[in-house]
Order: sequence, then structure tokens, then C-alpha cells
Amino acid sequence: MKALTVLAAPEEFKAPGPELFDIPPVVSGVAWLTKPVLLALLSSLVVVVFCWSAFSKPKLVPRGVQNVAEYGYMFVRDQVARPFLGKDADRWMGLLLSIFFLVWVWNLMGVVPFLQFPVASHIAFPIVLAGTIYLLKIYLGMKHQGPIGYFKNMMFPPGLPKPVYILMAPLELLSNLVVAPFTHAVRLFANMFAGHLILAFFSAVGFWFLFEQLSPLGAPVGVISVVMTIAMTGLELFIQFLQAFLFAMLAAMYIGGSLHAEH
Amino acid sequence: MTIAANLLAAEESSPLLPHMYELVVGGFAFLFVVLVVGKILTPRIQQTLNERTEAIEGGIQKAQDAQAEAKALLAQYKEQLAEARHEASRLREEAREQGAQIKAELREEAQAEARRLIEAAHAQIEADRQQAFAQLRAELGRLSIDLAGRIVGESLEDEARQRRTVDRFLEELESSNAAVR
Repeated sequence: MKALTVLAAPEEFKAPGPELFDIPPVVSGVAWLTKPVLLALLSSLVVVVFCWSAFSKPKLVPRGVQNVAEYGYMFVRDQVARPFLGKDADRWMGLLLSIFFLVWVWNLMGVVPFLQFPVASHIAFPIVLAGTIYLLKIYLGMKHQGPIGYFKNMMFPPGLPKPVYILMAPLELLSNLVVAPFTHAVRLFANMFAGHLILAFFSAVGFWFLFEQLSPLGAPVGVISVVMTIAMTGLELFIQFLQAFLFAMLAAMYIGGSLHAEH
Repeated sequence: MTIAANLLAAEESSPLLPHMYELVVGGFAFLFVVLVVGKILTPRIQQTLNERTEAIEGGIQKAQDAQAEAKALLAQYKEQLAEARHEASRLREEAREQGAQIKAELREEAQAEARRLIEAAHAQIEADRQQAFAQLRAELGRLSIDLAGRIVGESLEDEARQRRTVDRFLEELESSNAAVR
């Protein structure tokens, strides 16, 4: 991609932009068979194989992969599920664990050498997860609080002076039904999108100044760029984990909010 | 592919608009993970974790039971030991008392025996003395009569007179003895 860009305009550096995310099909003609699609499938496979090798025959005294995966399980249970779901935590662990691992592996694809494309930077994938949680949230809310009670609890939380509701009710409705699912998906998408763009930018600058247009003045910039690429990769690793954690946490929060009306 | 095509493509699809096929594939991928990890594997690890908790808690419970049992046994042994010590000291005391008692009894018996012997000896002596006295008295009577007969020359055949005379003589003798004394 970078090479193409450089070839197209040999004399001028062009920073990578959103076109970075428009990847042609692997097999021309089969429009849906693109790199993100393949990586999404690969991610699912990675998660399933990893979890299968860890949890298919779990031992009382954990060894090897089970040990590592149990750390993940404990993390999701203690940091994500229990704070928001309390005693219902165990029932929703399957979903939350799947979401956490899947999102994390999607994100990790952004720094795996040669693959280097975060799956969640294509918004369709976060939308699938956030949309599922959204539908589940509304279903659970209506089931546990009643179709009317759900919206009543959402828009008219008790214990506030009456005039406040005039402002609050529509805001709460908008927040819960429109803004929350939108930000749920977009937060993950935007983080991965921006992160990938930053990495691409620094590596493109480094490549440009050290290989394409090597000059005494440009070389230090190129070196700094490479260093920045490495540093940003470290930061990106952290953000990838953080976003997976946050995504799963919000899912737990939405589910918990539907199971029990907020007080 | 040229840059123009790239730009065109970028304009065609905003990054905020999802591709239909990605939604489908993403949904499938997610479903796959949820079914395998969420529905099959999570219950297994949950069961194992519960079993582990139970095993650990069971182990702790067992250890606590063992400790309590050991403590109870120790207390029991200590109690038994104290009881035995107490019993031993009681027996010692009893033996000492019995010993003292036996000693006292023996002494009592010995003293009684000694007293009895002394008394018997006294009685014997008294009897002997009486006997000796009686013999002496008879002897003395006969000797005195002999002596008196010889001195006076008069035969004192008559028994009664004889006895009377002797008695009178003895009484005189005794009273003179008392007077001397």
C-alpha cells in the first residue's frame, strides 16, 4: 500500500489516510473475501482453539495453557462481571468471556507482524457485538422490569424533583437507546482506527526518510520515526487490551442495568 | 490499483458505514465463539473452579477437624495425667496415714502387752509374797512355840490356847512393828 502510494507520487511524501482501510479483495472478483474478513475468521479460530486447549478438559490443578487462560477468566470475572452483575455474574461469564477474548484478539491483529490490521477498525465488527448487546439489553430489560417498567425506570428514575424529569426523561431515552450503543461500537472502532493510522504514519515516515529519500537531514527524522513506531506499538498494545476490557465492561454494565433497575 | 481508485473507494465507503458482508462474517465469527467458548467451555471451567474451591475448602475443613481432634485428645490426655497424678498423691497420702495408724496401733498393743505383763508380774509377786508371808507366819508360829515351850517349859498341848497365844503374840509383834515404823 505504502509502496503503491510512493510509486504514484515519487517526489512527494503522502501521509497514509483513510484509504489505508480500503483493502481490495484477496481474490479479485470475490468482493467479500478481504483481509479483515479473513482476519475476523482467523481471530475466532484463535480464540476457540486457545480456549479449547485450555478449558476442554480442565484440571483441578491447572497446567500450562489452562493456567494462562484462567488468568483471563479470573480477570473478566473479577473486573468485568462481578462488579456489574454481582450474583448473576456466572450466568453471563460465557458471553462476556467470549466478547473480551474475541475483541482482544481482533485488536491484537493490528500488531501481529505481516497481518497488521486491527479487525475492529472496520466498524462492521464492533457493530455486530454492540448490536447484539443492545438487543440483549432491551430484551432483558423488558423481561425483568416489564415492557413499561423498563422505560419508566430508564426515563424516570425515582428520587428526583419533578421538574428535572422534563429535561431528564428525553435525555435518558436518547442516551440509553441511541447514544450508548453507538458509542459502544464507535469507541472501539475509533481507537483501533486511529491507532492503526498512527502506526502507519510513523512507519511510512520512517520508510520514506530512511529508504525512499535518504538524506543527511532526513535520516534523523526517519530514525525518530522508527523509534516512535516502536513506542507507539507498545502504547497500542496497551490500548488494545484496554479497549477489549472496556468493551466487555460496558456490555456487563448494560446487561446488569437491564437485570436490575438502577436506583 | 491506482491512487485515484483508492481515493474513489475511500469516498465511496466512509469508515463509519459498515460493509454488509463484514456484518455477516462478523456475526458468524461471533456466534461461533459464543457457542464454543461461551456455551461449551465456560461451564466446564466454571465447574472446575467450583470443584477447586470445594477441594480447597474441604482441605481446610479437614485440617481444622484434625486440629480440633488433636486438641481434644491433648486435653483428654492432660486431664488423665492430672487425674493420675492426683490419684497417686491421694494413694501416697492414704498409705502414709495407714502406716501411721498401724504404727500407733502396734505401739498401743505393745504398751498394752507390756502393761499386762507388768501387772501379771505384780500379781505373781504379790501372790508369792502372800504365800511366803503365810509360810513365814506358820513357821514363825511353830518356831515361837518351840522357843516359848523351851523357855517356859510348859507344854502347850491345847490347840486352841496355843493358837490364841500365837495370834496374840503376832498382833503384838505387828503393832510393835507399826509403832516402830
